[in-house]
Amino acid sequence: MIWNEAKECMSRDEMAALQSARLVKTVNRVYHNVEFYRKKMQKVGIEPGDIKGIEDITKLPYTTKADLRDNYPFGLFAVPKSEIVRVHASSGTTGKATVVGYTRRDIDIWAECVARILYMAGLRREDIIQVAYGYGLFTGGLGLHYGAENLGATVVPMSTGNTKKLITMMLDFEATGIACTPSYLLHIAETIKEMGVRDQIKLKTAVCGAEPWTEQMRLQIEEELGINAHDIYGLSEIMGPGVAADCEFHKGLHVHEDHFFPEIIAPDTLEPVAPGEVGELVFTTLTKEGLPMIRYRTKDLTSITYDKCECGRTTARISRFKGRSDDMLVIRGVNVFPSQVEAALLEMGETTPHYMMIVDRVNNLDTLEIKVEVEEKFFTDEIKQLEQLSKKIGHVIHQALGIQAKITLVEPKSIERSMGKAVHVIDNRNLV
Amino acid sequence: MLTKQVSVFVENKKGRMEQVSKCLSDGNINIASMILADTSEYGLLRMIVSDAPKAKEVLEAAGFSAIITKVLVVKFPNIAGTLDKLMGLFNELDLSIEYMYGISTSADSATLVVKTSDNDAAAKVISEKGAESDISVICM
Repeated sequence: MIWNEAKECMSRDEMAALQSARLVKTVNRVYHNVEFYRKKMQKVGIEPGDIKGIEDITKLPYTTKADLRDNYPFGLFAVPKSEIVRVHASSGTTGKATVVGYTRRDIDIWAECVARILYMAGLRREDIIQVAYGYGLFTGGLGLHYGAENLGATVVPMSTGNTKKLITMMLDFEATGIACTPSYLLHIAETIKEMGVRDQIKLKTAVCGAEPWTEQMRLQIEEELGINAHDIYGLSEIMGPGVAADCEFHKGLHVHEDHFFPEIIAPDTLEPVAPGEVGELVFTTLTKEGLPMIRYRTKDLTSITYDKCECGRTTARISRFKGRSDDMLVIRGVNVFPSQVEAALLEMGETTPHYMMIVDRVNNLDTLEIKVEVEEKFFTDEIKQLEQLSKKIGHVIHQALGIQAKITLVEPKSIERSMGKAVHVIDNRNLV
Repeated sequence: MLTKQVSVFVENKKGRMEQVSKCLSDGNINIASMILADTSEYGLLRMIVSDAPKAKEVLEAAGFSAIITKVLVVKFPNIAGTLDKLMGLFNELDLSIEYMYGISTSADSATLVVKTSDNDAAAKVISEKGAESDISVICM
């Protein structure tokens, strides 16, 4: 069940040697090609020569999403633009997108990483895989697509949206694999049940990710569809989906350590924590050419183990995610920051910045409701104007977040004011 | 010619209407007419009261969003067909009705609160042509 045994089952010493060699190269490359990294290293008095092996990684400064934003769009790219063959983008905290770029080799390595995962999940070249992540700027669709092609499977690029059509094709093509967000898969499972075709599907494996989900939800998916479900993790800043995934033993997500070096740090002191302890996940890319990342703080909270897995792989495993060290929400696979809502409301000029986001999961699909206070300055005594106002807010929010939200107008001062950091989110999904 | 109406935004929450009536009671404000328009999430309470500015003040002090809008209060005989005459006058001028409410408890007359797309034009047409049907605008 191992796609690349040479890499996935390396001894820890061999792995450290490989990581050391690749880190030295990466640091050299970013120092000489990316002004941002050079300045950052100079500021702390580090030169490429100081990084002799993977153990020296802690000498390097951290990189954050804000750095990507400040260098929008291509400031952190380490190769000439002519070498970049693709860009993806995700939403940022201020509405400005985070742009990532890939060279041809980056795309190949990405496809390799995803192929490893699909193989780990039991999919083979004989399989027909429906990719039901969104295709486009989001890394999900194309990431899984290239990985599945690399595996040699038959790829059905469904994208998202038309669930009935997806199920019809699942039946007609006898699809055996699917890749999508876990909440969408639960929705698909329900629709399959409604259509009464549960016993006709040939599906055997699902690879789900791009949003937080629980072990219970994974088991529920397996039970409802009679399949194996695997968790795939990734983030566009590092590559996209395929950075890590769980094997058939489901005891943590194997990180492709030959390409991505994981560290776990305490978010407050930024000091490394011991294996098994929960902290913020930090990644350094070891082979990325287009957009190398040095100690990128993912804000995802998890723990790590280096123990050899029952599956035979020796790669480090990260546990299921235990939340985030910032206020980012993942709603229907989309990264959402409360500050985006605030900025959008303020930009409209007709509302107060007092709002409350209520995230829930109804019929396995994430819902977002935003309560906005009705203040005198935009209050009218005609219902149609109030309805127009909520429609307008809904439109502005959709533009800003990329997802639909239900807008509810509420009385002024009815949203609780807090003394300290304002609470803007109620997440009822109970994912952790 | 126009009358001040107080409109209050009321969330669909238990006891919220009672808090409105309590405010008005404490402010010694009398209600001449009212309508609660409902949507799935909130209600909009429109009232003709004895002292509109004061009503707005006490409601706002209690945390409500309240505004004053001007409406037409139209008095006409309690006879079948009179509303049709009034609508006919509005229609001639292409006025649209935003909302209206009223009730008649008297044998002689009925009173209607109306907001049209142009209240001044509506008041003018009633004063010019309403007399023959005994329709008049009154000021509360």
